[in-house]
This record gives sequence, C-alpha cells and structure tokens, in this order.
Amino acid sequence: MRRLLVTLLVCLLAMHAGANEAPPASADPALEARVMQIAAELRCLVCQNQTLADSHAGLALDLREQMRVMLREGADADQVRRFMTERYGDFVLYRPPLKATTLALWFGPLTLLIGGIAVLFAVLRRRNRLGAEHFEPEVIDTTNEGLTT
Amino acid sequence: MKRWHLLAPLVLFVLLAAFLWRGLRLDPHEVPSPLVDKPAPAFSLTRLDDASRTIRRDDMLGKVWMLNVWASWCEACRTEHPTLVSFAKSGAVPIVGLNYKDTRAEGLGWLARFGDPYAMSLFDEKGRVGIDFGVYGVPETFVIDKQGVVRFKLIGPLTPELIATKIRPLLKSLGDA
Repeated sequence: MRRLLVTLLVCLLAMHAGANEAPPASADPALEARVMQIAAELRCLVCQNQTLADSHAGLALDLREQMRVMLREGADADQVRRFMTERYGDFVLYRPPLKATTLALWFGPLTLLIGGIAVLFAVLRRRNRLGAEHFEPEVIDTTNEGLTT
Repeated sequence: MKRWHLLAPLVLFVLLAAFLWRGLRLDPHEVPSPLVDKPAPAFSLTRLDDASRTIRRDDMLGKVWMLNVWASWCEACRTEHPTLVSFAKSGAVPIVGLNYKDTRAEGLGWLARFGDPYAMSLFDEKGRVGIDFGVYGVPETFVIDKQGVVRFKLIGPLTPELIATKIRPLLKSLGDA
C-alpha cells in the first residue's frame, strides 16, 4: 500500500515537472548560444529596457526564432543585425553606430568633461594670480575658545 | 558689470530645464521607422476570409492604400476601430487589414461583431510579414503610395485628429502626385 502511494506520488511529481518545463528552444546548443549572444545586444521593442535575449514578449520569441532560421541558413551576426535595423531602426542596437546623427551621443560626454576641466583650470589659474587682498581675511573664531581648554 | 558670471547658474538651469521639458514630451515608444520613404516589404498572404486567394505586394501597385495591422486579441484595436469604420465610410483610401498573429475564426468573428472597415484583410498567422513591416505594437498603420513606397507609419491607435491633421493632407498630396 505504502509503496503504491510513493509510486503514485513520484508519478504525480514527474507529471508536474513535465508540465512546467519549458520545451528546449533549439536542439542545437551551439546555435542557441549564438542566438543569445547576438540577442543580448539587441533591444526588445515591446519592453524597451530589456534585451531581445532576456525578454519573454511574443515578439522577442518570434525574433529569436527568426534569428535561428537565419543563422541556420548560414547568415552571420552582421546580417542578423542588419535584418533588425532595416525593420526597427538603429534604436534596436545597444551599441549605436557612429554617424553624423550620433556624434553628440558618442562624443558629448567627453566634450563636456574636457570643457569642465578647462573651466576649472582657468578659474584656478586666475585665483592663483590674485593677491591676498582679493580674498576675505581668515576669521579666527574666538567664540568657542573657552570650551576647548 | 564684472558680476555677469553670477548669472551662469541661472543660464545653465534654464538650459537644463528646457532639455528636460522637451524630454517630457517625447514618447520613447514612438521609434521612427526606417521603413518610411522605402519600398514596402514584399509579402504574399492569403485573405482572412478566403484561404485560397493570395495577395502580393505588387497587386497593390498603382494606387494609394492604407495598411492597418490589427488582431482580435488587441485591446487598443477595439479603441481604434470606430475611427477606422467611419474613415472607411468616407471612401478616402482603401484600407487593407493585416490580421496579425490571430486565428481565422477569431479574426472573422471580431469583424462580424464590430464591423469591417477593410477592403480586405490579409492573414499573417505567424507574424512573419509583421516582422518585415517592423510591427511591434498593434495597432499600426502604414500609408503606401502608388509606387509601393511607405510614406507614413503610425504606432498605436488612429484618432480622428490624426486622420484630419496627418492622413488626409498626406492622401491629398499623394493623390495629386
């Protein structure tokens, strides 16, 4: 009796596990790894802060399947990326290409940093040249003297 | 006169505020489509109401037409639907539906219940043509000119305002061309 119950329980557990397990996305783990590697640098358009590799949105599943088909047919990563940008624009690339419209994106932060450093140096050099009379005299604080001794 | 630089923080603040204010108005979901001003992708699909009739992109050459991507599971399509129905009645442009990732039965049932504004609907069961059109948020609307070039793309529901301010002027200019 007890044995029967245990067997039944094990069977139920196995069924349960089977019901929850995701079907393997592809029989070929090497292909799957390449799909995921490329998808990790592509933006999912449905949930824009996720990559195509992370997203479970229907469109992301479809696009990963499309990538599998393309890679199986011998396409390389560049061709897959071009396929995506032709349809969804450069926005899908987490590494935007360097072109006229993205110059500010690529070099803006560096320009700001250099500008900031230049201003800082200019201010410091000017202050260095000024005599002591341009600064407020150091105030010696006498109010707390009684407390320290 | 020497103290003009004290205004610098104020100027910086105004500049930053202007950028942020502009940022509030931008919708990150409105991604400019690379398809606009390019030839519409080729497709070959059966009609939703007739699996034996295949429609190809080039069948549509020579006239201005509108492609509207919809699905029976799409909530926003319900919102958009009355606008499409009344726009179709005006006869301004043939509207072709792209029934996206749906089933024939549910798609046809939806049209029977809510009205059918479409000259015809094409059945894109797997969403493969949707991918070629860069569809990522149903409903989407395209206007395609006589040469088969995409001239307009909208993500999200059409509204009477959009039809009056964008679609009708565009159709007028395309009709004259």
